[in-house]
Amino acid sequence: MDSKVIFKRPRSLSDKEFTYCPGCHHGIVHRLIAEAIDELNIQDKTIMVAPVGCSVFAYEFFNVDGTVAPHGRALAVATGIKRAMSDRVVFTYQGDGDLASIGIAETIHTANRGEKLTTIFINNAVYGMTGGQMAPTTLLGQRTTTTPRGRSVENDGYPFHVSELLSTIPGVAYLARVTVSSPRDIQSAKESIKKAFLAQMKGVGFGLVEVLSICPTNWGMSPVEAQRWLLENMVKEFPPKIFVDRVGES
Amino acid sequence: MKSLMMKGNEAIAESAIRAGCRLYFGYPITPQSEIAEYMARRLPEVGGTFLQTESEIATVNMVYGAACTGKRVMTSTSSPGFSLMQEGISYIAGAELPCVFANIARGGPGLGDIQPAQSDYFQATKGGGHGDYHLIVLAPSTLQEAVDLTQLAFDLADEYRNPVLILADGMIGQMMEPVVLPPMRDISSLPDHSEWTLTGTSGRRPHRIAAFNIDPHGLEEMNRRYQEKYKRIKQKEQRWEEYEVEGAKYLLIGYGTIGRILKSVVDNLRGKKIPAGLFRPITLWPFPYQRLREIAEDVEFVFVVEMSAGQMVEDVLLAVEGKAPVHFYGRMGGVVPTPEEILLAFERLRR
Repeated sequence: MDSKVIFKRPRSLSDKEFTYCPGCHHGIVHRLIAEAIDELNIQDKTIMVAPVGCSVFAYEFFNVDGTVAPHGRALAVATGIKRAMSDRVVFTYQGDGDLASIGIAETIHTANRGEKLTTIFINNAVYGMTGGQMAPTTLLGQRTTTTPRGRSVENDGYPFHVSELLSTIPGVAYLARVTVSSPRDIQSAKESIKKAFLAQMKGVGFGLVEVLSICPTNWGMSPVEAQRWLLENMVKEFPPKIFVDRVGES
Repeated sequence: MKSLMMKGNEAIAESAIRAGCRLYFGYPITPQSEIAEYMARRLPEVGGTFLQTESEIATVNMVYGAACTGKRVMTSTSSPGFSLMQEGISYIAGAELPCVFANIARGGPGLGDIQPAQSDYFQATKGGGHGDYHLIVLAPSTLQEAVDLTQLAFDLADEYRNPVLILADGMIGQMMEPVVLPPMRDISSLPDHSEWTLTGTSGRRPHRIAAFNIDPHGLEEMNRRYQEKYKRIKQKEQRWEEYEVEGAKYLLIGYGTIGRILKSVVDNLRGKKIPAGLFRPITLWPFPYQRLREIAEDVEFVFVVEMSAGQMVEDVLLAVEGKAPVHFYGRMGGVVPTPEEILLAFERLRR
């Protein structure tokens, strides 16, 4: 019987098995990035900067050159690589603690320089690897190990809106917030990721895709419950949207 | 050879460019901002990149990123900025990346002041960041030496895949002296690092650079490798200057700016038939323990002078191993001691 491969592992994903918890969205997003790299045909000139946090090993899951930055500094490391090798494609993969808390200065200034880089920003409203503490993006009332009575404005301030903040910066060429909670969402998330790479490849400026993600382990929910919680709560606070798209202008 | 009158900071910057440095990331801080200003003007002329960063924290990580590509990269700063870079330097040492730092030190702790000081010695030589690591630390005492050591810094960084620090103080950075500059190096003749650099996987398997291993045995193995390298550096790279050491009964010891002041103190003493000599460490790490130990065996006492409360004196004590008394004189807060006051302090000891 003749058989034909119609679906397989993207070339840009390595053989290493993911080390993520069941239900975690990192696996889906990794695959989308790898597919985008394959389809843009940039595997052999892409360099990845992995973060500190659950995805610290991300650079081992891709068949591209990569390194690991200190906590929050992925975009500074990426800037150094890009300035040394301007014809390469450089991307960072960062969580909310990494990008929005300790690394917010690097995030804002990299965007403001219009650095030709791409960032995939995983927002799951919690610190994952350290065991479920409050993140800048934790929702009001959300319980974490450091907000045991729920996040309060009085003590902890408001959930931090990274994309809304970056949307005011002229160096940003592509900026979108997406989810990966349904096949349709996954398709449009991938289109956004490709556009964020194109913003870099065409030299327009900085591209960032914020992906609303679940953390069943630290949220204390099953994956299905976590998906529901994301759709019922997180998308209200962080509405999916294309904030900036200047990719076509060049 | 034609000599040029140059300011220390600018001489270091020009020497770096001639050594093949084409990437500079930095954040202004007195008394070294002329390095950044010079690089901003000069690097684009040679096809290089200058970037003023948002902080020293961003700086050190940009240096990390650029060093991952194997190209020659440097930054410069002064003491409070150097403190901010320590985390990144620990990562760079762990990732074994070649790059060059210049710390044109000033008075501390805290904001301190903007005058020359040597109170960063511990931080520079003992591993200011976390973990068991070392920088190679070079301490020039003249501008010509600053120029020459800047060349050496890039070569040592490449040879050992290790960050190298030029530790000078505000005096060296701000003074002017005639220097002879080395010729411009041909970039294509620089060491080839393509077996480990991040440049895209074209035609090969992915390269991965990281300063971590979640398995303690794996991490210990990495540390063993670092220590092996440090051992090689200790064996091969100790540098120092001896001046009038032959027949000396009194050994004066100081590095950098103090080294040149002590030279005139020794001249003065020799003029009065007092047999004094100078030992000036040039590599502060690796510290020239063995040679100092040999010399100390034949002297009546050792006299260490520093622009700090006494930091290098601890390494001198380790070297001398009680074979001679070790005395110390220090000024702090950015005060540069005069030859006259050092002579007075020396004469008090001799009585």
